[in-house]
Amino acid sequence: MIAEIGAFAAALALALSFAQGALGIFAATNETRGAAAAATAQAAGFACLVAFACLITLFVQSDFSVASVAANSHVDKPLIYKIAGTWGNHEGSMLLWCLVSAVFGAVLGSTRGGQSFGLWSRAVGVQGWVTAGALIYTLFLSNPFARLDPAPMSGSGLNPLLQDPALAAHPPLLYLGYVGMSVPFSLAIAALLEGRADQSWAKALRPWTLIAWTCLTLGIGLGSYWAYYELGWGGWWFWDPVENASFMPWLVAAALVHSAIVTERRGSLASWTILLAIMGFGLALLGTFLVRSGVLTSVHAFAVDPQRGMAVLVMLSVALGVGFALYAWRAPKLATPSGFAAVSRESMLVWNNFGLAVAAGVVLIGTLYPLLVEAAGGGLISVGPPFFNMTVAPLLAVLFLLLPLGPMLTWRVGDMRSAFLKLAPAAVLAVLTLAIALFNTQWRAAPALGLALGVWLIIGGLIYLWNRLQRGAGRLTAKIALLPLAVWSMSLAHIGAGVLTLGAVAETGFRTERAVELAPGEGVAFAGRRVTLIEVGEIEGPNYAATRANFRVDTTSGAQPLAAERRYFTTSPMPTTEVGILSAIDGDLYVALGERVRDGNGAWGVRLYHNPLAHFIFIGVVMMALGGALSLLAIARRRKAAT
Amino acid sequence: MSLAALLIAAIAPTVLADPAQEARARSLESEIRCVQCENEPIAQSTADIAADMRALVRERIAAGDTDTEIRSFFRQRYGDFVLFRPPFDTRTWALWAAPFLLIGAGLAAVLTGRRRPSAAGAEIAPEEGER
Repeated sequence: MIAEIGAFAAALALALSFAQGALGIFAATNETRGAAAAATAQAAGFACLVAFACLITLFVQSDFSVASVAANSHVDKPLIYKIAGTWGNHEGSMLLWCLVSAVFGAVLGSTRGGQSFGLWSRAVGVQGWVTAGALIYTLFLSNPFARLDPAPMSGSGLNPLLQDPALAAHPPLLYLGYVGMSVPFSLAIAALLEGRADQSWAKALRPWTLIAWTCLTLGIGLGSYWAYYELGWGGWWFWDPVENASFMPWLVAAALVHSAIVTERRGSLASWTILLAIMGFGLALLGTFLVRSGVLTSVHAFAVDPQRGMAVLVMLSVALGVGFALYAWRAPKLATPSGFAAVSRESMLVWNNFGLAVAAGVVLIGTLYPLLVEAAGGGLISVGPPFFNMTVAPLLAVLFLLLPLGPMLTWRVGDMRSAFLKLAPAAVLAVLTLAIALFNTQWRAAPALGLALGVWLIIGGLIYLWNRLQRGAGRLTAKIALLPLAVWSMSLAHIGAGVLTLGAVAETGFRTERAVELAPGEGVAFAGRRVTLIEVGEIEGPNYAATRANFRVDTTSGAQPLAAERRYFTTSPMPTTEVGILSAIDGDLYVALGERVRDGNGAWGVRLYHNPLAHFIFIGVVMMALGGALSLLAIARRRKAAT
Repeated sequence: MSLAALLIAAIAPTVLADPAQEARARSLESEIRCVQCENEPIAQSTADIAADMRALVRERIAAGDTDTEIRSFFRQRYGDFVLFRPPFDTRTWALWAAPFLLIGAGLAAVLTGRRRPSAAGAEIAPEEGER
């Protein structure tokens, strides 16, 4: 019965979304009917919530008469992973997509702020169409509530690699990010329909972009962290098409966060901000399409089940077609306000957008190119890490080289000379880092430049904070307390980018690894430590059996225990690795357990990695996400103070 | 596939004596795609075939082949798909040109699109928390 209630609620949400779309767009001049659109949006959000709650209940109850539960769940799974299983599969994740879109629509409908009535009403309407599109796809092509007859006795379980706390949170965060980009899209379409994109419009757009960007940052970071500790070979970014699919909207969201600041404060760049918002949502849809259609392995895999892929492709074409057509028609008519000098805060933000947008374009072409070649009959080719490292990394490096200058320049007309002088200490330290790194790495230029860039970003960010604290009179502690939250948030995000750069470069450029065979009691010297295998035993988990190896790691400051496991799930033939990670200031000691060596007198294969500064990668990501969250808090506070 | 065999193969690769050769082997192994598990380079894959391919890389290096020779060796054996670094030919020149075209287009847009500051009425909204 619960499945039927869920399906009914989802169908109801679809009807409500249509009403929301029609009312919002066609009644934008009538305050009563326009307000009804907002109320309908809230009802649609509630209906989606009911549908999703029903699906969670089905997963918790392990109701195997429901096809999506039978295919993806198992009675033996711990409760938390039964719940996470709701969105850990195609059908459930699509319903989550609808839920997020509908709830965002409801929130958009209840926060008009300073926007004009027509603009706000139309944005609520467009969001209604977005939700309706997602619901049509979900209900007709991937219905999570479809019944199975006869019902199987047991489910086929979830991929054991995915039974992991980081991966339980990864999809919802990514979806908040992807679908979060739908609200800037709705606002952009509304602005084009209305023929106006002013500062209050940008003010409404910015928090949504920040939510999307922050969630994407956290979601991608979690996925990367999961790959780092779960896949067992120390990597954290592979330029895999699925990763690229989430990286492209991230880059565009980052650009949008910055261009919206210019539009909000100066009114400039409005039409570019609109274009970015349209492209950002387009890339988010493309990401869903790439991941969900199977097109990535091969154009032929797509042809096996073309319906779902085609449907997303149709949605993508409609969204982009409508968006670009409206843009071409209306954008030239938007008012263009005062300009800015070649050296100014605005122009630095334009270069920021240039770098991020070109990077997103390169990732897009690199990701789609193999599909194009295959479709054109050119056979299978691969575009992998070497291509992206050669193209995207230098682009981001130039972007990061300019980054610390941006906040140092004033709006409208800036003074580059004084910005340079203030940043001189950062430049000196960066050059020093470069020299030391070059000298110590036998003149390997790329990682040395990368480290110098990281130092430049971090020190540059700190100098900006210090300069802000010099303003005004009073004690330093008092001034620290008074420093606006927006300054903290920006500094935190920019310094986080530097920390991430340091970690990424150090891990990629200076990782050491070693494969050894150890019998219990034996030890090996590695990366300034001594790693000793103490014992290997069998343990029982909730729904798996594991081989667990206990190690002792001796450093100059004492001994620490470390354990690594191989887990065998009954539902999967392949064992999974649970690596042991011991973080120290200089980086992670990373131990993966292999198999028992045949005729090795009880010896086990063990892979040791030393990943210098690997923890900086994830600290950097968290700092950037915190920066985004603080910025949201700053906006919320300012709104509260204004009312 | 036999797990024990593949893990032993993964765990104990032949390490080349010359550190420069070993570094070359490592970097080549991260550029060659495992033909079994897809989206994974042979450097990280635990499949049997990946271990064989790694051994092959090391064999060719020990025999004195250059990186380019080794790449084309794998390309002839397994097709273009096996190389994560796409070759430069009639099919892929557009891919390699794309970053330059995008940069050019972006530069053109930035340089022609900017409006000079007008003397009149440039109002700057106050920064957050700063009013």
